[in-house]
Amino acid sequence: MKVQKRTFALLFYFLLLALPIYWMLNMSLRSNADILSTFSLYPSHITLENYIKIFTDETWYSGYINAMIYVSMNTIMSLAFALPAAYAFSRYKFLGDGQMFFWLLTNRMAPPAVFLLPYFQLYSTVNLIDTHIAVALAHCLFNVPLAVWILEGFMSGIPKEIDETAFIDGYSFPRFFFTLFIPLIRAGVGVTAFFCFMFSWVELLFARTLTVTEAKPIVATMTRTISATGLDWGLLAANGILTIVPGALVIWFVRNHLAKGFALGRV
Amino acid sequence: MEKWADNKAWLLVLPVFVVVAFSAIIPLMTVVNYSLQDIFGPGNAVFVGTEWFKEMLTDKRLHDALGRQFIFSGLVLLIEIPLGILIALAMPKKGWSASASLVTLAIPLLIPWNVIGTIWIIFTRPDIGLFGVGINSLDLLDIPFDHTARPAYAWVTLMAMEVWHWTPLVALLCYAGLRAIPEAYYQAAKIDGASSWAVFCYIQLPKMRGVLTIAVLLRWMDSFLIYAEPFALTGGGPGNSTTFLSIYLVKLATGQFDLGPAAAFSLIYFLIVLLFCFIFYQVLLNVGKGEKIS
Repeated sequence: MKVQKRTFALLFYFLLLALPIYWMLNMSLRSNADILSTFSLYPSHITLENYIKIFTDETWYSGYINAMIYVSMNTIMSLAFALPAAYAFSRYKFLGDGQMFFWLLTNRMAPPAVFLLPYFQLYSTVNLIDTHIAVALAHCLFNVPLAVWILEGFMSGIPKEIDETAFIDGYSFPRFFFTLFIPLIRAGVGVTAFFCFMFSWVELLFARTLTVTEAKPIVATMTRTISATGLDWGLLAANGILTIVPGALVIWFVRNHLAKGFALGRV
Repeated sequence: MEKWADNKAWLLVLPVFVVVAFSAIIPLMTVVNYSLQDIFGPGNAVFVGTEWFKEMLTDKRLHDALGRQFIFSGLVLLIEIPLGILIALAMPKKGWSASASLVTLAIPLLIPWNVIGTIWIIFTRPDIGLFGVGINSLDLLDIPFDHTARPAYAWVTLMAMEVWHWTPLVALLCYAGLRAIPEAYYQAAKIDGASSWAVFCYIQLPKMRGVLTIAVLLRWMDSFLIYAEPFALTGGGPGNSTTFLSIYLVKLATGQFDLGPAAAFSLIYFLIVLLFCFIFYQVLLNVGKGEKIS
């Protein structure tokens, strides 16, 4: 009986979780005039015009492409930088390792708003404003420390004897690292990639500040629409639904490692 | 695990150091530079020393924003941590229902932050939102619900959004912690005839201490840095009632172009965050140590 009550409560919670998303889906399938004139719990005249508009108008769909480009770039960069560093932190004692680790952590916790002003200046100076690489690099500020943190947790779970045996067997460091070690922690690499993807995908402030038109992501395009005249709720909702899709797909692929990754490999 | 002592490991850390230094140290130095000068235009700046810091430290709007920030982050922890633990305890342990629960829980975490704001605008507006229309049709409130009209309503909406958005993170962390408890502990408790409350107090809660610290750390910090969601939902209003530190800072920096005061504010803000970061980091380290000894 007790177990059933629990399941019931959980289902109720999931219902609350789904309700706002359902409401947005409902809005996205109706035309703006319909939304404003009648209140209805479900779309009675289903229309796909909002979605068609997004997929045919370049100012809208290019936002998704831009976001995908810089998010992928950031994920690859973060992993490439973080893998060797995480190995060093998990295996070696060196001068200032504790301080370095803490310093990295502070960057994950630094308020993005603090870096807003200098970022615009810095990236203007090196002529990177409005490029994908600028946003990818800016997101490294919080993604690289996070990646080091998660990967270090996973790597520390691998006994050091494996490294020692490999070196005795005559493996060079790069060969050991890429052919033996990385396959051992591939779950961790997957989870890290997922987190980098996630935090880069959901970030707004840097992405909006560092782009003008060429690399403007969908989230920034949406804020401009909000401030513009005559809100088109249907279109806004359709955009929102489309921004959920990539995340939902990625989640499905890493669902088994998800919980462990959320604990940053420290369980 | 005993670590090898070797300073050559710095070579492996160097790429991370360079890229993070480029995105963190150089900009931070620029902020320090701004904070000590009065800038009238390019190449036209006067050194003013600590004047901006004095101005900012006595700025009433900053004090208000800081106060609101502490109340907000405190409430976030008070609501989300217990709720997250309860959800984690209720979740199925294996099978397809466990996977489905995990995926459902994770979805709010992957929605871009300002889209979260958009979702909640659409959900709570008094003319088109399910919640707004629903609560007004019940006729319980003296003044019709509208999150843009009254500070109390704006806060309720904001807290509902925050809890909706981030409780799943706490739940996922606690769930990971619970899964790491060996089955033998539960069997031993069963033999002793322990109640489920005793199991929670003496087995589950102590074993979740590590993940709970991470949950508290992440939730405190991220709610302290919150920007996009209230920006999209309320824009800091009505009045200044939901203007948190980040929102005030961005208003000051990009809205009014007060570079000096904004930079001084940035540094004060950063120091506050750094202080908390340090405290939590020490706690995290000691939590790990405690478990190794026992």
